[in-house]
Amino acid sequence: MRQIENPIVVYKQVTKAYGDLNVLKKIDFKIYPGEKVVLIGSSGSGKTTLMRLLMMLEKPTGGEIYVEGERIFPAIHRSEKKKVHQIKNDIGMVFQQFNLFPHMTILENIMEAPVHVKKEPKAQAQAYALELLEKVGLSDKADAYPSQLSGGQTQRVAIARALAMRPKILLFDEPTSALDPELVGEVLKVIKEIAQDGSTTMLLVTHEMKFARDVADRVCFFDKGVIAEQGSPQEIFEHPKTERLKQFLNRFLNTGKDEEYENA
Amino acid sequence: MKKIWSWSFAAEIFPDILKCLPVTVGSTLVAFVVAALVGLVLAVLLQTKIQWLRKILLVLVDLIRSTPLLVQLYVIYYVLPNYGLLLTPFVTGVIGLGIHYSTYLSEVYRSGIDAIPKGQWEAADCLGLTKLQTWLKVVIPEAIPPILPVIGNYLITMFKETPILSAISLIEILQEAKILGSRSFRYIEGFTIVGVLFMAVSLVASFIVVRVTTIVTRKYSM
Repeated sequence: MRQIENPIVVYKQVTKAYGDLNVLKKIDFKIYPGEKVVLIGSSGSGKTTLMRLLMMLEKPTGGEIYVEGERIFPAIHRSEKKKVHQIKNDIGMVFQQFNLFPHMTILENIMEAPVHVKKEPKAQAQAYALELLEKVGLSDKADAYPSQLSGGQTQRVAIARALAMRPKILLFDEPTSALDPELVGEVLKVIKEIAQDGSTTMLLVTHEMKFARDVADRVCFFDKGVIAEQGSPQEIFEHPKTERLKQFLNRFLNTGKDEEYENA
Repeated sequence: MKKIWSWSFAAEIFPDILKCLPVTVGSTLVAFVVAALVGLVLAVLLQTKIQWLRKILLVLVDLIRSTPLLVQLYVIYYVLPNYGLLLTPFVTGVIGLGIHYSTYLSEVYRSGIDAIPKGQWEAADCLGLTKLQTWLKVVIPEAIPPILPVIGNYLITMFKETPILSAISLIEILQEAKILGSRSFRYIEGFTIVGVLFMAVSLVASFIVVRVTTIVTRKYSM
Protein backbone atom coordinates (compact mmCIF):
# COMPACT_ATOMS: atom_id res chain seq x y z
CA MET A 1 0.00 0.00 0.00
CA ARG A 2 2.51 2.55 1.20
CA GLN A 3 4.91 1.78 -1.59
CA ILE A 4 2.62 3.68 -3.95
CA GLU A 5 3.68 6.94 -2.30
CA ASN A 6 7.07 8.50 -2.77
CA PRO A 7 9.56 7.43 -0.13
CA ILE A 8 10.37 10.04 2.53
CA VAL A 9 13.91 8.71 2.95
CA VAL A 10 16.11 7.15 0.30
CA TYR A 11 19.59 5.71 0.82
CA LYS A 12 21.36 5.12 -2.47
CA GLN A 13 24.44 2.92 -2.48
CA VAL A 14 25.45 4.35 0.88
CA THR A 15 28.73 3.21 2.37
CA LYS A 16 30.40 4.15 5.61
CA ALA A 17 33.90 3.15 6.59
CA TYR A 18 36.06 3.94 9.58
CA GLY A 19 39.53 3.40 8.20
CA ASP A 20 39.61 -0.18 6.98
CA LEU A 21 36.40 -1.09 8.75
CA ASN A 22 33.38 -1.07 6.45
CA VAL A 23 30.39 -0.47 8.66
CA LEU A 24 27.88 -0.03 5.85
CA LYS A 25 28.33 -1.62 2.44
CA LYS A 26 26.44 -0.06 -0.45
CA ILE A 27 23.11 0.16 1.30
CA ASP A 28 19.98 0.77 -0.78
CA PHE A 29 17.13 1.51 1.54
CA LYS A 30 13.83 3.38 1.40
CA ILE A 31 11.42 4.48 4.09
CA TYR A 32 7.86 5.50 3.23
CA PRO A 33 5.85 8.25 4.93
CA GLY A 34 4.28 7.04 8.15
CA GLU A 35 6.13 3.76 8.08
CA LYS A 36 7.54 2.28 11.30
CA VAL A 37 10.75 0.49 10.50
CA VAL A 38 12.64 -1.47 13.12
CA LEU A 39 16.30 -2.26 12.59
CA ILE A 40 17.63 -5.32 14.33
CA GLY A 41 21.00 -7.02 14.29
CA SER A 42 23.98 -7.60 16.53
CA SER A 43 26.07 -4.66 17.65
CA GLY A 44 28.48 -3.45 15.00
CA SER A 45 26.19 -4.57 12.20
CA GLY A 46 25.65 -0.98 11.04
CA LYS A 47 22.07 -0.27 12.13
CA THR A 48 22.91 2.62 14.43
CA THR A 49 25.29 4.09 11.87
CA LEU A 50 22.53 4.06 9.26
CA MET A 51 20.40 6.09 11.64
CA ARG A 52 23.18 8.52 12.56
CA LEU A 53 23.80 9.24 8.88
CA LEU A 54 20.18 10.26 8.47
CA MET A 55 20.43 12.56 11.51
CA MET A 56 23.60 14.00 9.92
CA LEU A 57 25.65 13.26 12.99
CA GLU A 58 28.07 11.53 10.66
CA LYS A 59 28.84 11.71 6.98
CA PRO A 60 28.71 8.72 4.65
CA THR A 61 31.89 7.64 2.92
CA GLY A 62 29.99 7.28 -0.33
CA GLY A 63 26.55 7.18 -1.87
CA GLU A 64 23.61 9.54 -1.65
CA ILE A 65 20.87 10.19 0.88
CA TYR A 66 17.58 11.92 0.10
CA VAL A 67 14.96 13.16 2.55
CA GLU A 68 11.61 14.39 1.28
CA GLY A 69 13.03 14.39 -2.21
CA GLU A 70 15.92 16.69 -1.28
CA ARG A 71 19.47 15.46 -1.35
CA ILE A 72 21.04 15.85 2.09
CA PHE A 73 24.23 14.05 1.16
CA PRO A 74 26.39 14.96 -0.57
CA ALA A 75 25.39 18.60 -0.09
CA ILE A 76 27.68 20.44 -2.43
CA HIS A 77 25.99 23.72 -3.25
CA ARG A 78 25.18 26.52 -0.87
CA SER A 79 21.47 26.22 -1.56
CA GLU A 80 21.63 22.52 -0.76
CA LYS A 81 23.35 23.16 2.53
CA LYS A 82 20.63 25.62 3.50
CA LYS A 83 17.97 23.07 2.63
CA VAL A 84 19.77 20.45 4.67
CA HIS A 85 19.53 22.65 7.73
CA GLN A 86 15.77 23.02 7.25
CA ILE A 87 15.28 19.31 6.71
CA LYS A 88 17.18 18.60 9.90
CA ASN A 89 14.35 20.23 11.83
CA ASP A 90 11.96 17.64 10.41
CA ILE A 91 13.99 14.83 11.96
CA GLY A 92 14.06 14.10 15.68
CA MET A 93 16.20 11.65 17.56
CA VAL A 94 16.01 9.84 20.89
CA PHE A 95 19.32 8.56 22.20
CA GLN A 96 20.36 5.57 24.20
CA GLN A 97 21.95 7.88 26.76
CA PHE A 98 18.95 10.30 26.86
CA ASN A 99 21.18 13.39 26.57
CA LEU A 100 18.87 15.81 28.34
CA PHE A 101 20.50 19.11 29.25
CA PRO A 102 21.27 18.79 32.97
CA HIS A 103 21.22 22.52 33.72
CA MET A 104 17.72 23.06 32.34
CA THR A 105 14.44 22.04 33.91
CA ILE A 106 12.34 19.42 32.17
CA LEU A 107 10.13 22.13 30.69
CA GLU A 108 13.13 24.17 29.53
CA ASN A 109 14.61 21.07 27.92
CA ILE A 110 11.47 20.54 25.90
CA MET A 111 10.95 24.22 25.02
CA GLU A 112 14.54 25.02 24.08
CA ALA A 113 14.45 24.02 20.43
CA PRO A 114 10.88 25.13 19.59
CA VAL A 115 11.57 28.58 21.06
CA HIS A 116 15.14 29.15 19.94
CA VAL A 117 15.31 27.18 16.71
CA LYS A 118 11.76 27.32 15.37
CA LYS A 119 11.14 30.71 17.03
CA GLU A 120 7.74 29.65 18.30
CA PRO A 121 6.10 32.08 20.75
CA LYS A 122 6.97 31.06 24.31
CA ALA A 123 3.38 30.62 25.46
CA GLN A 124 2.59 28.35 22.54
CA ALA A 125 5.75 26.30 23.04
CA GLN A 126 5.01 25.94 26.72
CA ALA A 127 1.44 24.83 26.12
CA TYR A 128 2.62 22.18 23.69
CA ALA A 129 5.45 21.11 26.03
CA LEU A 130 2.97 20.59 28.85
CA GLU A 131 0.68 18.67 26.53
CA LEU A 132 3.58 16.41 25.58
CA LEU A 133 4.56 15.94 29.21
CA GLU A 134 1.04 14.77 29.90
CA LYS A 135 1.28 12.39 26.98
CA VAL A 136 4.41 10.78 28.42
CA GLY A 137 2.85 10.81 31.90
CA LEU A 138 5.16 13.32 33.56
CA SER A 139 3.04 16.45 34.01
CA ASP A 140 4.18 16.76 37.60
CA LYS A 141 7.87 16.92 36.64
CA ALA A 142 7.82 20.11 34.53
CA ASP A 143 9.97 22.08 36.97
CA ALA A 144 12.26 19.25 38.03
CA TYR A 145 15.84 18.87 36.83
CA PRO A 146 16.90 15.77 34.88
CA SER A 147 19.05 14.55 37.79
CA GLN A 148 15.88 14.22 39.88
CA LEU A 149 14.32 11.75 37.45
CA SER A 150 14.70 8.01 37.02
CA GLY A 151 16.19 6.67 33.80
CA GLY A 152 12.78 5.74 32.44
CA GLN A 153 11.36 9.16 33.23
CA THR A 154 14.41 10.83 31.70
CA GLN A 155 13.96 8.92 28.47
CA ARG A 156 10.26 9.80 28.37
CA VAL A 157 11.22 13.47 28.66
CA ALA A 158 13.76 12.99 25.88
CA ILE A 159 10.95 11.60 23.73
CA ALA A 160 8.76 14.61 24.54
CA ARG A 161 11.69 16.89 23.69
CA ALA A 162 12.04 15.26 20.28
CA LEU A 163 8.28 15.45 19.67
CA ALA A 164 8.20 19.15 20.56
CA MET A 165 9.80 19.94 17.21
CA ARG A 166 6.89 18.17 15.49
CA PRO A 167 9.25 15.98 13.48
CA LYS A 168 8.10 14.14 10.39
CA ILE A 169 10.70 11.47 11.03
CA LEU A 170 11.54 10.21 14.49
CA LEU A 171 14.62 8.14 15.19
CA PHE A 172 15.09 5.93 18.24
CA ASP A 173 18.60 4.64 18.86
CA GLU A 174 18.31 1.78 21.35
CA PRO A 175 16.05 3.88 23.57
CA THR A 176 15.86 1.31 26.35
CA SER A 177 19.35 -0.18 26.31
CA ALA A 178 20.68 2.05 29.08
CA LEU A 179 17.70 1.47 31.36
CA ASP A 180 17.26 -0.79 34.34
CA PRO A 181 15.10 -3.73 33.29
CA GLU A 182 12.11 -2.65 35.37
CA LEU A 183 12.03 0.74 33.63
CA VAL A 184 12.07 -0.55 30.06
CA GLY A 185 8.33 -1.17 29.89
CA GLU A 186 7.20 2.40 30.62
CA VAL A 187 9.39 3.77 27.83
CA LEU A 188 8.32 1.19 25.28
CA LYS A 189 4.70 1.88 26.13
CA VAL A 190 5.16 5.58 25.32
CA ILE A 191 6.91 4.81 22.04
CA LYS A 192 4.17 2.38 21.10
CA GLU A 193 1.52 5.02 21.75
CA ILE A 194 3.32 7.46 19.49
CA ALA A 195 3.61 4.80 16.83
CA GLN A 196 -0.11 4.05 17.04
CA ASP A 197 -1.53 7.55 17.01
CA GLY A 198 0.78 9.26 14.60
CA SER A 199 1.56 9.72 11.00
CA THR A 200 5.16 10.17 12.11
CA THR A 201 7.63 8.09 10.19
CA MET A 202 9.66 6.10 12.69
CA LEU A 203 12.97 4.35 12.49
CA LEU A 204 13.90 2.33 15.55
CA VAL A 205 16.97 0.39 16.58
CA THR A 206 16.10 -1.97 19.39
CA HIS A 207 16.87 -5.32 20.96
CA GLU A 208 13.34 -5.70 22.36
CA MET A 209 11.99 -8.25 19.92
CA LYS A 210 8.41 -8.47 21.20
CA PHE A 211 8.17 -4.71 21.07
CA ALA A 212 9.60 -4.72 17.55
CA ARG A 213 6.98 -7.20 16.47
CA ASP A 214 4.18 -5.04 17.93
CA VAL A 215 5.26 -1.72 16.57
CA ALA A 216 6.91 -2.42 13.23
CA ASP A 217 5.41 -2.29 9.76
CA ARG A 218 8.72 -3.62 8.52
CA VAL A 219 11.73 -5.19 10.18
CA CYS A 220 15.22 -5.05 8.71
CA PHE A 221 17.89 -7.44 9.85
CA PHE A 222 21.39 -6.01 9.60
CA ASP A 223 24.38 -8.25 9.33
CA LYS A 224 27.96 -7.14 8.71
CA GLY A 225 27.03 -3.86 7.07
CA VAL A 226 24.26 -5.06 4.79
CA ILE A 227 20.52 -5.54 5.16
CA ALA A 228 20.56 -9.32 5.15
CA GLU A 229 16.80 -9.77 5.34
CA GLN A 230 13.72 -7.59 5.60
CA GLY A 231 10.00 -8.04 5.69
CA SER A 232 6.91 -7.82 7.86
CA PRO A 233 7.35 -8.71 11.54
CA GLN A 234 5.66 -12.05 10.82
CA GLU A 235 8.03 -12.88 8.00
CA ILE A 236 11.08 -11.93 10.01
CA PHE A 237 10.19 -13.42 13.38
CA GLU A 238 8.18 -16.47 12.33
CA HIS A 239 9.64 -17.41 8.99
CA PRO A 240 13.24 -16.24 8.96
CA LYS A 241 14.89 -17.30 5.73
CA THR A 242 18.58 -16.80 6.28
CA GLU A 243 20.68 -18.87 8.64
CA ARG A 244 22.18 -15.72 10.20
CA LEU A 245 18.78 -14.35 11.17
CA LYS A 246 17.72 -17.71 12.63
CA GLN A 247 20.86 -17.76 14.76
CA PHE A 248 20.33 -14.14 15.80
CA LEU A 249 16.70 -14.71 16.83
CA ASN A 250 17.60 -17.89 18.70
CA ARG A 251 19.85 -15.88 20.94
CA PHE A 252 16.89 -13.75 21.96
CA LEU A 253 14.64 -16.65 22.80
CA ASN A 254 14.18 -17.45 26.47
CA THR A 255 16.43 -14.61 27.56
CA GLY A 256 13.51 -13.00 29.38
CA LYS A 257 14.46 -9.62 27.96
CA ASP A 258 10.93 -8.86 26.93
CA GLU A 259 9.17 -9.81 30.13
CA GLU A 260 8.99 -6.30 31.55
CA TYR A 261 7.38 -5.04 28.42
CA GLU A 262 4.83 -7.84 28.51
CA ASN A 263 3.93 -6.90 32.06
CA ALA A 264 3.75 -3.17 31.44
CA MET B 1 65.25 51.31 72.82
CA LYS B 2 62.53 51.06 70.27
CA LYS B 3 59.73 48.65 70.93
CA ILE B 4 59.44 45.82 68.43
CA TRP B 5 55.72 46.41 68.02
CA SER B 6 53.91 49.66 68.65
CA TRP B 7 50.14 49.45 68.93
CA SER B 8 49.78 53.20 68.73
CA PHE B 9 51.75 53.37 65.48
CA ALA B 10 49.79 50.47 64.08
CA ALA B 11 46.54 52.24 64.93
CA GLU B 12 47.86 55.44 63.40
CA ILE B 13 48.74 53.93 60.01
CA PHE B 14 45.90 51.43 59.80
CA PRO B 15 43.39 53.87 58.24
CA ASP B 16 45.94 54.91 55.61
CA ILE B 17 46.58 51.33 54.60
CA LEU B 18 42.90 50.46 54.70
CA LYS B 19 42.26 53.38 52.36
CA CYS B 20 44.27 51.52 49.71
CA LEU B 21 42.41 48.27 50.12
CA PRO B 22 39.80 49.25 47.50
CA VAL B 23 42.65 49.60 44.99
CA THR B 24 43.87 46.08 45.77
CA VAL B 25 40.41 44.53 45.78
CA GLY B 26 39.24 46.59 42.82
CA SER B 27 42.21 45.74 40.63
CA THR B 28 41.75 42.08 41.54
CA LEU B 29 38.07 42.07 40.62
CA VAL B 30 38.48 43.91 37.34
CA ALA B 31 41.52 41.81 36.40
CA PHE B 32 39.56 38.68 37.29
CA VAL B 33 36.68 39.68 35.04
CA VAL B 34 39.20 40.29 32.24
CA ALA B 35 40.86 36.92 32.92
CA ALA B 36 37.54 35.05 33.12
CA LEU B 37 36.18 36.51 29.88
CA VAL B 38 39.37 36.42 27.83
CA GLY B 39 40.10 32.93 29.18
CA LEU B 40 36.68 31.72 28.09
CA VAL B 41 37.04 33.22 24.64
CA LEU B 42 40.50 31.64 24.35
CA ALA B 43 39.19 28.25 25.44
CA VAL B 44 36.37 28.36 22.90
CA LEU B 45 38.62 29.61 20.09
CA LEU B 46 41.17 26.91 20.87
CA GLN B 47 38.49 24.33 20.03
CA THR B 48 38.45 25.58 16.46
CA LYS B 49 39.21 23.22 13.64
CA ILE B 50 40.91 26.03 11.71
CA GLN B 51 44.47 24.87 12.27
CA TRP B 52 46.35 28.12 11.58
CA LEU B 53 44.19 30.07 14.03
CA ARG B 54 44.67 27.38 16.64
CA LYS B 55 48.44 27.41 16.20
CA ILE B 56 48.69 31.19 16.46
CA LEU B 57 46.64 31.15 19.64
CA LEU B 58 48.69 28.33 21.13
CA VAL B 59 51.94 30.20 20.51
CA LEU B 60 50.45 33.32 22.06
CA VAL B 61 49.22 31.43 25.11
CA ASP B 62 52.59 29.73 25.54
CA LEU B 63 54.40 33.03 25.23
CA ILE B 64 52.29 34.63 27.94
CA ARG B 65 52.51 31.64 30.25
CA SER B 66 56.25 31.21 29.95
CA THR B 67 57.26 34.80 30.63
CA PRO B 68 57.05 36.50 34.05
CA LEU B 69 54.07 38.69 34.76
CA LEU B 70 56.43 41.45 35.86
CA VAL B 71 58.10 41.53 32.44
CA GLN B 72 54.70 41.75 30.78
CA LEU B 73 53.67 44.60 33.06
CA TYR B 74 56.89 46.50 32.30
CA VAL B 75 56.32 46.07 28.59
CA ILE B 76 52.79 47.43 28.80
CA TYR B 77 53.73 50.25 31.16
CA TYR B 78 57.13 51.37 29.92
CA VAL B 79 57.36 50.20 26.30
CA LEU B 80 53.89 50.74 24.87
CA PRO B 81 53.88 54.52 25.59
CA ASN B 82 56.70 54.78 23.05
CA TYR B 83 54.17 53.62 20.50
CA GLY B 84 51.52 56.02 21.63
CA LEU B 85 49.67 53.79 24.09
CA LEU B 86 49.78 55.50 27.45
CA LEU B 87 47.90 53.66 30.19
CA THR B 88 47.42 54.45 33.88
CA PRO B 89 48.97 52.05 36.41
CA PHE B 90 45.52 50.70 37.28
CA VAL B 91 44.55 49.99 33.67
CA THR B 92 47.98 48.51 32.96
CA GLY B 93 47.64 46.35 36.06
CA VAL B 94 44.23 44.91 35.28
CA ILE B 95 45.09 44.30 31.65
CA GLY B 96 48.43 42.67 32.48
CA LEU B 97 47.16 40.59 35.37
CA GLY B 98 43.95 39.76 33.51
CA ILE B 99 45.58 38.63 30.28
CA HIS B 100 48.26 36.69 32.14
CA TYR B 101 45.73 34.73 34.15
CA SER B 102 43.38 34.31 31.20
CA THR B 103 45.90 31.84 29.78
CA TYR B 104 45.67 29.74 32.91
CA LEU B 105 41.91 30.03 33.12
CA SER B 106 41.54 28.98 29.48
CA GLU B 107 43.14 25.70 30.51
CA VAL B 108 40.62 25.32 33.33
CA TYR B 109 37.74 26.04 30.97
CA ARG B 110 39.17 23.50 28.54
CA SER B 111 39.03 20.78 31.17
CA GLY B 112 35.40 21.71 31.81
CA ILE B 113 34.55 21.71 28.11
CA ASP B 114 36.30 18.38 27.53
CA ALA B 115 34.23 16.83 30.30
CA ILE B 116 30.97 17.53 28.43
CA PRO B 117 29.73 14.21 27.05
CA LYS B 118 29.63 13.96 23.27
CA GLY B 119 25.92 13.21 23.56
CA GLN B 120 25.24 16.78 24.69
CA TRP B 121 26.73 18.16 21.47
CA GLU B 122 24.80 15.61 19.44
CA ALA B 123 21.52 16.35 21.19
CA ALA B 124 21.96 20.07 20.56
CA ASP B 125 22.84 19.35 16.94
CA CYS B 126 19.76 17.11 16.47
CA LEU B 127 17.50 19.80 17.90
CA GLY B 128 18.82 22.22 15.29
CA LEU B 129 20.73 24.54 17.63
CA THR B 130 23.42 26.52 15.84
CA LYS B 131 27.06 26.24 16.89
CA LEU B 132 26.83 29.52 18.77
CA GLN B 133 23.59 28.50 20.52
CA THR B 134 25.16 25.19 21.47
CA TRP B 135 28.12 26.96 23.05
CA LEU B 136 26.09 29.60 24.86
CA LYS B 137 23.11 27.54 25.97
CA VAL B 138 24.50 24.06 26.45
CA VAL B 139 28.26 23.69 26.61
CA ILE B 140 29.36 26.75 28.60
CA PRO B 141 26.57 26.55 31.22
CA GLU B 142 27.37 22.90 31.76
CA ALA B 143 31.14 23.26 31.70
CA ILE B 144 31.41 25.99 34.33
CA PRO B 145 29.74 24.67 37.52
CA PRO B 146 32.19 21.76 37.99
CA ILE B 147 35.21 24.05 37.55
CA LEU B 148 33.94 26.85 39.83
CA PRO B 149 36.19 25.84 42.75
CA VAL B 150 39.29 26.01 40.52
CA ILE B 151 38.20 29.34 39.05
CA GLY B 152 37.64 30.61 42.58
CA ASN B 153 41.15 29.56 43.55
CA TYR B 154 42.52 31.62 40.70
CA LEU B 155 40.57 34.63 41.97
CA ILE B 156 42.31 34.31 45.34
CA THR B 157 45.69 33.68 43.73
CA MET B 158 45.25 36.80 41.63
CA PHE B 159 44.30 38.79 44.70
CA LYS B 160 47.52 37.78 46.42
CA GLU B 161 49.46 38.63 43.27
CA THR B 162 48.36 42.29 43.24
CA PRO B 163 51.39 43.65 45.19
CA ILE B 164 53.37 43.06 42.00
CA LEU B 165 51.42 46.01 40.57
CA SER B 166 53.43 48.28 42.89
CA ALA B 167 56.24 47.78 40.38
CA ILE B 168 54.28 49.91 37.94
CA SER B 169 53.67 52.47 40.68
CA LEU B 170 50.16 51.45 41.61
CA ILE B 171 49.66 52.39 45.24
CA GLU B 172 48.01 49.30 46.63
CA ILE B 173 48.19 48.23 50.26
CA LEU B 174 51.73 46.83 50.30
CA GLN B 175 53.15 49.85 48.51
CA GLU B 176 51.32 52.14 50.93
CA ALA B 177 52.71 50.21 53.90
CA LYS B 178 56.20 50.52 52.44
CA ILE B 179 55.83 54.26 51.97
CA LEU B 180 54.52 54.70 55.51
CA GLY B 181 57.32 52.53 56.83
CA SER B 182 60.05 54.42 55.04
CA ARG B 183 58.77 57.64 56.55
CA SER B 184 59.23 56.41 60.14
CA PHE B 185 61.59 53.45 59.69
CA ARG B 186 58.95 51.29 61.34
CA TYR B 187 58.03 48.51 58.94
CA ILE B 188 56.76 45.68 61.06
CA GLU B 189 53.38 47.20 61.88
CA GLY B 190 52.62 48.14 58.31
CA PHE B 191 53.60 44.82 56.79
CA THR B 192 51.78 42.92 59.50
CA ILE B 193 48.63 44.89 58.83
CA VAL B 194 49.01 44.15 55.11
CA GLY B 195 49.42 40.44 55.82
CA VAL B 196 46.37 40.38 58.06
CA LEU B 197 44.30 42.26 55.49
CA PHE B 198 45.29 39.83 52.74
CA MET B 199 44.44 36.91 54.97
CA ALA B 200 41.08 38.35 56.01
CA VAL B 201 39.98 39.14 52.46
CA SER B 202 41.23 35.77 51.19
CA LEU B 203 39.28 33.93 53.86
CA VAL B 204 36.11 35.85 53.07
CA ALA B 205 36.66 35.26 49.34
CA SER B 206 37.20 31.53 49.72
CA PHE B 207 34.08 31.32 51.88
CA ILE B 208 32.12 33.03 49.10
CA VAL B 209 33.62 30.70 46.49
CA VAL B 210 32.58 27.65 48.50
CA ARG B 211 29.06 29.03 48.99
CA VAL B 212 28.59 29.88 45.33
CA THR B 213 29.89 26.47 44.30
CA THR B 214 27.51 24.68 46.65
CA ILE B 215 24.53 26.71 45.53
CA VAL B 216 25.23 26.20 41.84
CA THR B 217 26.05 22.53 42.27
CA ARG B 218 22.95 21.90 44.31
CA LYS B 219 20.77 23.63 41.76
CA TYR B 220 21.78 21.27 38.99
CA SER B 221 22.69 18.38 41.30
CA MET B 222 25.75 17.89 39.15
